[in-house]
Amino acid sequence: MTDATAPPPSAPGPFHVRGALKEAGLAAFVMLGLSLALIGARIDDVSGGLAVRWRPFDVLAAVVVAFLGRLGLAFLRAGRPAPVALASGLSCAALAPLLAVSATGGGAADWARTALPFSGFAVNVLVLVVVVVLALRAGLAWRFGARAGARARAGAPGAETMDRLASVARRAAVHAVPVLLLAAVLFPFLPFADRRILDIAILVVTYVMLGWGLNIVVGLAGLLDLGYVAFYAVGAYAYALLATEMGLGFWLCLPFAGVMAALAGVLLGFPVLRLRGDYLAIVTLGFGEMIRIVLLNWYEVTNGPDGISGIPKPTFFGLPFVRSPPEGTESFHTFFGLAYAPIDRIVFLYYVILAMALITNQFTLRIRKLPVGRAWEALREDETASRSLGINPRNTKLTAFGIGAMFAGFAGSFFATRQGFISPESFVFIESAVILAIVVLGGMGSQVGVVLAAVLLIGLPEIFRDLQEFRMLAFGATMVLIMTWRPRGLLAHREPTIRLSGKGAVRR
Amino acid sequence: MTTAPDTTEPARPFSPPQRPLLDVEHLTMRFGGLVAVDDVSFAAAPGDITAIIGPNGAGKTTVFNCLTGFYRPSVGRLALRGNGREYLLERMECHDIARAGMARTFQSIRLFPRMSAFENLVVAQHNKLMRASGYTVFGLLGTRSYAEAEAGAVELARYWLEKIGLVDRADDDAGNLAYGQQRRLEIARAMCTEPLLLCLDEPAAGLNPRESAELEELLLFVRERHDVGILLIEHDMSVVMKISDRIVVLDHGRKIADGTPAAVRGAPAVIRAYLGEADGADTDTHTRADTRRDAGMGA
Ligand SMILES: Nc1ncnc2c1ncn2[C@@H]1O[C@H](COP(=O)(O)OP(=O)(O)OP(=O)(O)O)[C@@H](O)[C@H]1O
Ligand SMILES: [Mg+2]
Repeated sequence: MTDATAPPPSAPGPFHVRGALKEAGLAAFVMLGLSLALIGARIDDVSGGLAVRWRPFDVLAAVVVAFLGRLGLAFLRAGRPAPVALASGLSCAALAPLLAVSATGGGAADWARTALPFSGFAVNVLVLVVVVVLALRAGLAWRFGARAGARARAGAPGAETMDRLASVARRAAVHAVPVLLLAAVLFPFLPFADRRILDIAILVVTYVMLGWGLNIVVGLAGLLDLGYVAFYAVGAYAYALLATEMGLGFWLCLPFAGVMAALAGVLLGFPVLRLRGDYLAIVTLGFGEMIRIVLLNWYEVTNGPDGISGIPKPTFFGLPFVRSPPEGTESFHTFFGLAYAPIDRIVFLYYVILAMALITNQFTLRIRKLPVGRAWEALREDETASRSLGINPRNTKLTAFGIGAMFAGFAGSFFATRQGFISPESFVFIESAVILAIVVLGGMGSQVGVVLAAVLLIGLPEIFRDLQEFRMLAFGATMVLIMTWRPRGLLAHREPTIRLSGKGAVRR
Repeated sequence: MTTAPDTTEPARPFSPPQRPLLDVEHLTMRFGGLVAVDDVSFAAAPGDITAIIGPNGAGKTTVFNCLTGFYRPSVGRLALRGNGREYLLERMECHDIARAGMARTFQSIRLFPRMSAFENLVVAQHNKLMRASGYTVFGLLGTRSYAEAEAGAVELARYWLEKIGLVDRADDDAGNLAYGQQRRLEIARAMCTEPLLLCLDEPAAGLNPRESAELEELLLFVRERHDVGILLIEHDMSVVMKISDRIVVLDHGRKIADGTPAAVRGAPAVIRAYLGEADGADTDTHTRADTRRDAGMGA
């Protein structure tokens, strides 16, 4: 994006005020369109139904902020940081105390709230953050002139930094992986790991596992699958039904659930073999919905929208995690002579999903180096060439679908046993989208990237649940930011599966 | 190339001593109303370089696509013989044809760009390795037999990397190699399938004279040292005349000549196809061939 013909950074470039105004106006217009629906109309729960409350001032504020922000950026680009620094600095100085006051109670707070641009506290914080960033950048450019100015003009200064970060992360990965692993294993014993944090960790690791599973289909085989959650559902229902109808235990059902999901994967894989890219994505999306609708309507078996409840919890080699085991049996704490602690069960669940995720990871790393794994990547790169080398595209794609689905099935049975209750509600399209987002944002094919993206996309929104409806907005914003900074994912980097020389080379 | 009899012509008998490696009989390929290949028959002897030439749109690539199973011929019988078996290609699927011993390269290079050069050559040995890995089971268990098979595959890949002079670029992404290197890598990849017949679609297109010479050397080496027949589509007449044992000329889907380079060069039908009706002088074939080569460079 760097413009080679740009004037030397020391001299302020030609600045077209009209162009800048036009750009800012456009940004304001786009913001108007967005904010009318998102911010302008708020639906409130009033007695006797819902009421729409209009918030014209919020819309106005949003439009003004967008206009000024874009104008400020244009000034920065043109190498005129001074007015931007002044304006944004002043806004900071005004906003920050107002925000602080509004957070307290009393009359002053009420007054501060009306003076702030938006009615939502979180949005004001967001605006403040943006203004601070703008002020910092402008201030730096003003203070240090040329160098910082040039960087600001380079368009996406983040890209370069992120590239450097990614390569550092890549090099550090060799050492980081054992550390991360150790951290994951010791996690439940860390002082801050209370029940809530552990629950979030279990959720994150579940998504890491799903991400690693989907990575086989999307990252390695290059098949854009938008219906992955269907196999998660098949695994969950397979375990739930076997457990509640036949009274089989979790560990016995786990392989079976995996096989069921793999079968579903192969079955759904068949019709879509000839499709590529967008078409494949649309059809898999349709299949995902079909499975959900079958679950919803096949009342005799799946209990429809009411779902299945009373799904048994997993046991520790047959020892349940209950306070008072039935007469003549033992539970986990009595067997080991411990005091009963409800958190034991959560810790155990954490280790179960951690082990399952690590198995998925190791399996993927291994299979990538086997002929079938290389054939997946070859098919992703060029199907025609692969066929000319004797690779059977049908079988190879079906194995990818099947194996990917199998891991979703495992994760699904874990989900069922953890929740104790499942219904089709849990397997909606947005889940597929989130898992796909984790894979794509992490960097297709990158195992560590998936972990990073899962923490970002699942962990952070959970932790910031207080932001309420802006959680999803933040989710979207994160995605947009990552995709502009690193269009190929956070840690997009492919290591060859086999090397002729250098580290990890084949021995002669 | 002159009009005088070429003394460097390999002294090989025209008629192959045994049954041909490849038999193409009455091959016809229609696309709707367009007849891209029209009743073409020819044979390729084992160990020979058989060139297929013809003006643009003559149907050369279409013949390859029929042979390798990308198109199903409208009419015709295609037989590949080797390993004591006869394969009827017109009934087989693409990947089965490749397994039977047919390897090809593409007019526009089709490597796996984000895999390393070395990996490109290992992927080419897919079927052999797949069997050795017990269709992944032994591979996952990491058995000895699979490790040995993989070591063998690595050796073959290394051998070809040495042959094409890419050992030092082995672990770089194939997509980052220079154009000429990619062309050579694609040939090496085809050879790694250990084929009976190697089909090359314009391997010299876009190469500079030095790279062209290297390519000639590589092809002659392949023919000498490896028990493989070569089908060669090429616009660069200097390459074709120098290394091929036999030339099949197509024009508008029809075969218009078939014989040794010397015989084809003099055939009036060929001269007409390349030059149009007006010219007839034999010497002009030379200049025309050079023009065509130049045209081919840009392709
Ligand atoms: N899949 C197809 N559908 C329709 N027409 C096709 C198809 N493939 C080839 N043709 C037509 O068949 C004719 C022969 O094409 P072909 O690619 O075989 O020529 P060629 O001899 O390889 O030419 P070139 O030297 O330019 O590579 C052309 O007219 C082409 O348009
Ligand atoms: Mg062609």
